Amino acid sequence: MPVKAIAPNYHGDFKDTQDKYHGQQLISLCWEKHTSFGWPMCMPVPPEMPFGGLIEKVIPHIFGDHPDFAKIQWDQVQWSTSKGPFVPDPAKSLAEHGIKHKHQIRFRTPGLDGHLGGG
Amino acid sequence: MAADGNMKPAKKLSLKENYAMLTRGLDWEPTYQKKEDIFRMIDFEGIKIHDWDKWEDPFRLTMDAYWKYQGEKERKLYAIIDAFQQGNGQFNVTDARYLQALKIFLTGIVELEYASHRGFCMLGREFPGAGPRIAAQMQSIDELRHCTTQIHAISHYSKYFEGMANFPEQFDRVWYLSIPKSFFEDACTSGPFEFIVAISFAFEYVLTNLAFMPWMSGAAFNGDMSTVSFGFSAQSDEARHMTLGIEVIKFLLEQDPANVALVQKWIDKWFWRGYRLLALLATMMDYVLPKRVMSWGEAWTIYYEENGGALFADLARYGIKPPKYADVTIKEKGRVSHEMWSVFYANRDAVNFSTWLPSEEEMAWFSEKYPDTFDKYYRPRFEHWRQLEKEGKPFTCKCLPQLCQVCQWPCLYTEPDDATEFLHRETEYKGETFHFCSDGCKDIFADEPEKYVHAWLPVNQIYQGNCFLPGVDPTAPDFNPLVEALKYMGLKPGVDGGLLKDSIDAQRWEQWTSRPANIHEGAYTDFVRKTTNG
Repeated sequence: MPVKAIAPNYHGDFKDTQDKYHGQQLISLCWEKHTSFGWPMCMPVPPEMPFGGLIEKVIPHIFGDHPDFAKIQWDQVQWSTSKGPFVPDPAKSLAEHGIKHKHQIRFRTPGLDGHLGGG
Repeated sequence: MAADGNMKPAKKLSLKENYAMLTRGLDWEPTYQKKEDIFRMIDFEGIKIHDWDKWEDPFRLTMDAYWKYQGEKERKLYAIIDAFQQGNGQFNVTDARYLQALKIFLTGIVELEYASHRGFCMLGREFPGAGPRIAAQMQSIDELRHCTTQIHAISHYSKYFEGMANFPEQFDRVWYLSIPKSFFEDACTSGPFEFIVAISFAFEYVLTNLAFMPWMSGAAFNGDMSTVSFGFSAQSDEARHMTLGIEVIKFLLEQDPANVALVQKWIDKWFWRGYRLLALLATMMDYVLPKRVMSWGEAWTIYYEENGGALFADLARYGIKPPKYADVTIKEKGRVSHEMWSVFYANRDAVNFSTWLPSEEEMAWFSEKYPDTFDKYYRPRFEHWRQLEKEGKPFTCKCLPQLCQVCQWPCLYTEPDDATEFLHRETEYKGETFHFCSDGCKDIFADEPEKYVHAWLPVNQIYQGNCFLPGVDPTAPDFNPLVEALKYMGLKPGVDGGLLKDSIDAQRWEQWTSRPANIHEGAYTDFVRKTTNG
């Protein structure tokens, strides 16, 4: 049942639909194993942003201070969403990768599992 | 009656008779209006009640007795608060770090008392049975009294220390306070039976000891006689509320076998929501209190695993099982406070209390209390961050979190069986993606998605541009949504949040008391160094 309500067929308006983000979409970014960052990061980005922009600008700004960051070999990184693994094309946009509003992008850096075990 | 000098007054009613007159004798069957038009909210949840008179209020409290008891308690409480103020009791607490616990209490708990008052008001109107209606009305008054006495007990601190004056506004606006706020809004927008199972049973009966005992013992242990006096004043009310909680459950279960599945569903839901809410308390107990009473892990063992275990063993005869995902809470007990303090520290400029890193001595205590987790996962993190502080570049989180659609905590929790892996749970509903912090919250959404799709999630609202003060131009070239959001939340840099050692409270504390603002860190200022190095 979608909700128990006094009124029949109660519908809750979606509070976070993409049209409310002024041409942008939300994405979440999670560096797996790096729990010291606390959480998957949520941010608005333009859907036409190339995946390369995410790797070159967004990710270093958020995660760049971590001791593991400089050691990342980017061709070894394993990318995934909840739908499974994928190989990004830096030239193609997020939309072309099928990354929709509120999707979560996860990346795993094998061998780099957090600073001294502390995430 | 003859005026013969032998007039005898009618025999005084016993307490039990008095209560019966109040709760049964004063009720009536309506004739002008249909009963279902008067009590409109009583059927839609699916609970079946056959005989409201089977309700046994274990306290049988009458109005005259209630006012008398409560009035006496008020007089005692305010006498102590007066004495506390006259004796400058605010300087007798352990240190300025303790004040941060008060800020969490004031913004995170006090408003919940008020929300609870509103919820019980609703029940006092909606229940067709006079017995539970009276009980709900009295609890509603209790909750209002708790709210006001808590505000009075803490208000004295606000004359000397920062960050407490705007607590109602902060409760509505500071991002992480949407967690307690949404908890009660979920309950108050449920039907009356779900509300009473949620608050009276799952929260008051199963979990409230965890909120009350360590917090009040913590206040006593840290010299806060004002807050602890409130605790004593509320204790007999809490006992009554808890007894109401167990009575409610037994009444519902005995009325109709069809009620069992609904009650179980609500126990599962509200145990999980309550547990997530208490994560704030876990943090307070382990990290904020300068002198600790017990660890969160120990408290969970005693108050949930042992006491709760006995309770659910007793309820098994009604067909009630222990709450779903209780096993996850046990797996998380060695982690939750450390995960939580990490995010508060890393996001210290966006909260209404100051933070710090645990000292060597404190970390030794954590190693002892959390032998399976602390040294392995959290000590290396805090030592690294301590080093960064020494280098003058303390770690700061640079981005807002993905939030749980149900409990509104950031998705900060890790897999129940692996503390090194973030827990990812999501679902798609009518074409849109929703994220959750846990299986518990995901299940709650799946049961009633239409209730949670329009949750007001602070992060999402900030990004939509809905969290800034009037007059701010979001199209201006230098517009910074995060800076403007902090202003909207009423958080001032250097006053609210930040590192304790840099805070105005810490400076003033040392200046006024010549004692360290954080007993675990030594002096922050020359006012104390002069004394201690004397």
